[in-house]
Amino acid sequence: MRTCGATPGGPSLDGVDLTTQSVIQGAVLRDGIADGVPNGTPVVNAHVRLLDRDGEFTAEVPTNTQGQFRFFAAPGAWTLVVLAPGVRKEVSVQAALGTPADLIVEI
Amino acid sequence: MSREKVLVTTEWVSQNLDNPKVALVEVDEDTTLYNQGHIQGAITFHWRDDLQDGLIRDLISKEKFEALLSKNGIANDTTVVLYGGNNNWFATYAYWYFKIYGHQDVRLIDGGRKRWELDARALVTEVPTRTATRYVAHDRDNSIRAYRDEVIAAIGTRNIVDVRSPAEFSGELAAPAHLPQEGGQIKGHIPTAKNIPWSKAANEDGTFKSEAELTALYEGAGVDLAKDTIAYCRIGERSAFSWFVLHELLGVSNVKNYDGSWTEYGSLVGVPVAVGA
Repeated sequence: MRTCGATPGGPSLDGVDLTTQSVIQGAVLRDGIADGVPNGTPVVNAHVRLLDRDGEFTAEVPTNTQGQFRFFAAPGAWTLVVLAPGVRKEVSVQAALGTPADLIVEI
Repeated sequence: MSREKVLVTTEWVSQNLDNPKVALVEVDEDTTLYNQGHIQGAITFHWRDDLQDGLIRDLISKEKFEALLSKNGIANDTTVVLYGGNNNWFATYAYWYFKIYGHQDVRLIDGGRKRWELDARALVTEVPTRTATRYVAHDRDNSIRAYRDEVIAAIGTRNIVDVRSPAEFSGELAAPAHLPQEGGQIKGHIPTAKNIPWSKAANEDGTFKSEAELTALYEGAGVDLAKDTIAYCRIGERSAFSWFVLHELLGVSNVKNYDGSWTEYGSLVGVPVAVGA
């Protein structure tokens, strides 16, 4: 269970060389009480799609048992599309070398 | 080619879970998925441990393929239904593999594991046991497999379809974006190849687009479907997906999957390479 104000969201970055990788990662959580605060449980096996700046599909991963996902992108603007039974949500994100884009996506 | 002979729906699978003539086989890129949960009755093949030679870079031998299927209770007349994660990439590779060794009735679940999950259908962790068989494979059918010299000779003469993402085609990325951007080989694509990402053949839920949409996709990108075609990607899985679209769904006759793909071509000395869109 996460609480309001917890830091986002993705898997541990131990062993990831952030000087060479532009990481986009995060966690997909249920919006527990539908109040816009991401305090719900992890969504396991949601599908997260990465689209490039032209909206072209680039990659897709299922979330893990903690609802987490990760992409190794290139610096720039990207869009995430989160799919789960009955749910589709788009999120814009910027990737950069050095600092991972780390998100909570509530559905 | 009729779609019904090569594809089944998730609903068909739900109604055939106890059909003894059907063997469900899950093949994933992320091989931990099967143990987290799979369709009732499904066995799994590991894309590397079961399907790669391990010593040399090649498919397993005919004898090893026969042993693998025999051990897993698949007979020559079994309807093999493949599915997997990541929009059926590795399941389609396994489909191509079954056709290399001449299995008669092999099909894919349209949309694969993703569609099954988006349908909110049940997954189980129980691993089934199937009674062993004595499977007899055919010799390899190399009419659906391209090798490097044939690919080099095809530059400017045959259709070459690069099914990777635009960023890999242009040379911006070296691998799909869910994998670390590693690899000693150079980046770019085979000259004269058309970039038609595998993903354009699939709907967002992983199911295949209609035949009319698929024909328009390839012809619209400048592929003359009357000519011979070679598809490639990075390691041959995504191009097996596009091979399936062209050869099995659209019934285009001479289509080969170049499973050496960019990891081989991009490491060859002296061959021509193009970069940019």
